[in-house]
Amino acid sequence: MTHLVVGYPSLDANWSMLQAMDRAGVDLVELQLPFSEPIADGPSFVRANHEAIRSGTGWREYFDLAGRAAAELDLTTLFMGYYNSVVQMGAAQFCEQLAKGRMSGFIVPDLPPEEGGELYAVARSLELDPVQIMTPTNSRARLQEIGRHASGFVYCAARTGVTGRQTDVSQGLGDFLGRCREATSVPLGVGFGIRTPDDIRALRGSAEIAIVGTAGTEVWLEQGLTGYEPYLDSLVAEAT
Amino acid sequence: MAAEHASWEPGPGGYYGEFGGSFVPEILHETLAELREAFDEARQDPAFWGTYTDLMSGYAGRPTPVTHCPSLTRLLGGAKVYVKREDLNHTGAHKVNNVMGQGLLAQRMGKRRVIAETGAGQHGVATATMAARLGLACTIYMGEEDVARQYPNVFWMRQLGAEVVAVKEGNRTLKDAINACLRDWAESMHDTLYVLGTVCGPHPFPQIVTYFQSIIGQEARGQMLEVAGQLPSRVYACVGGGSNASGIFTGFLDDPATELIGVEAGGRGPDTGLHASRLAGGQGTSGVAQGYRTVFLQNEEGLMHDTYSVAAGLDYIGIGPLLAHLHQTGRVRFESATDDEVVESLRLAMRHEGLVPALESAHAFAAAFREVPDLSPQDTVLINQSGRGDKDIFTVADALGDEEWREFLRQRAAGYDA
Ligand SMILES: Cc1ncc(COP(=O)(O)O)c(C=O)c1O
Repeated sequence: MTHLVVGYPSLDANWSMLQAMDRAGVDLVELQLPFSEPIADGPSFVRANHEAIRSGTGWREYFDLAGRAAAELDLTTLFMGYYNSVVQMGAAQFCEQLAKGRMSGFIVPDLPPEEGGELYAVARSLELDPVQIMTPTNSRARLQEIGRHASGFVYCAARTGVTGRQTDVSQGLGDFLGRCREATSVPLGVGFGIRTPDDIRALRGSAEIAIVGTAGTEVWLEQGLTGYEPYLDSLVAEAT
Repeated sequence: MAAEHASWEPGPGGYYGEFGGSFVPEILHETLAELREAFDEARQDPAFWGTYTDLMSGYAGRPTPVTHCPSLTRLLGGAKVYVKREDLNHTGAHKVNNVMGQGLLAQRMGKRRVIAETGAGQHGVATATMAARLGLACTIYMGEEDVARQYPNVFWMRQLGAEVVAVKEGNRTLKDAINACLRDWAESMHDTLYVLGTVCGPHPFPQIVTYFQSIIGQEARGQMLEVAGQLPSRVYACVGGGSNASGIFTGFLDDPATELIGVEAGGRGPDTGLHASRLAGGQGTSGVAQGYRTVFLQNEEGLMHDTYSVAAGLDYIGIGPLLAHLHQTGRVRFESATDDEVVESLRLAMRHEGLVPALESAHAFAAAFREVPDLSPQDTVLINQSGRGDKDIFTVADALGDEEWREFLRQRAAGYDA
């Protein structure tokens, strides 16, 4: 799964990135709706959120892009964003918008499962997956609790902290993923600091989905489409 | 006596009515659970509040007095005016009450480092002081804008041994410093306690901070009975996040005849967009950010507005969930005061009573000065002077247009260039 902050660096760039993902055979993409207080994100996504807002990206631009991806590309998209956006839209309208854009579900990192009741109920009625997050600091009991709400897949954060920093995939990750596996039967996705084909190879056998976030946007910013395409190809080659 | 008051305790999940709760990335779940447990244990340990009050009296200078103000009373010609003197605390503001309490908690939990956000710098200075006193490592996050406005406080934090990080994200003020702290904590929680500076953020912070700040209200209630012979008709406190207000209000929540008034930053005026009035004037709306549900200044899509106040400590987009709830139930009335009114009130307090309130606190004075003339001489009002104003000398001298101060600065600067 790959990621982009909608509106950053621009909506046009987003479209080129999505087309490149589609060509490379990426199957899942997180589309992040920019928010002014992105507390789960590291410095580069924080900047991306703020710049996207500054250049005028709002709900309309976001759902237009999602709708266009659904109509023209072969990708499955997933909503990623913060709970205040959902609160302001209202659970029903939020889920309807996602269903209309043929998005498969949502990741809302500041919404703990015990607060998700109403939203999850609406989501299930529209066959949307509320994707849960498991972290290395979670106790076994907490993992079980999160597992009870799991739907679609579980997002396993490979380390503590926020997005963007490098992760040493070898360290303790296997144990953690083992505990996640005990807590749920849905596929496991691993994200936070996954950047290279080597990282993806190291996950083989212990997780089903590799999630590449910050690194992809960095490659786009540094090398543009010419570097982005072979980068995606190298990731997909390792993942399949 | 332990600070146990059912009337301001949150319900299950950390809710005050519909406000509060805990909306944080899952990585912080166990950390907040650990903090809740440590806090509950500490509170049930009868010795803990005793250790706290001992430290406050032996180190911080408590109890702070309630001061009768005869000149202001004469001048305003209405109710008798009293002031609770939180400015007399060590480090010059109520912030120390909370910080020392959380420092004791950090020690109990075996943490060796503390982090904190700061707006005006008062909470940062207080935290750095506490860390020095208790032997903890300390990092302070402060918006770049606030670093520029409140540099003297940055200087003091560094002298006290704290690392000060200027936050360059967002509008570079308090809310961005809070976000930066939550991010640091998500990586450092194994050995670090986030010492939140006000009654905001995820549960249990609003509860913890209210608990420690309730020492203001406990003292003030007894002192008013003693000094004025009666409970105050009205209590005024400025509201940034809301900790000094919650602290003094908790002392009077169960006294229905005492009206409680929270005063927000009116900035350049309610219609200018340059203010931080969330409840007064009704421009704030309910939402979830920075780990909790409260009333924020935000647009229809839930993006936070920029806020503004001459007082850096009031320049915040959210408000303590307890206060949002007390506003909704009508127990606390909210007003705002503009920068101009605040500077005028500061001038009055200095000239007529020799009090030097912080610009933040001067908001409470401004609202009280507006209303006191309409009350009767049988009434008494209590104003919380949350901090002292000497930290604001640059801002105040600017606001008062003091030419001699400018000349002094020019001479000092020339001295460095030579
Ligand atoms: C002197 C003073 N008063 C009031 C405040 C506002 O904070 P709160 O509303 O939490 O008391 C601050 C914040 O920095 C302050 O320094």
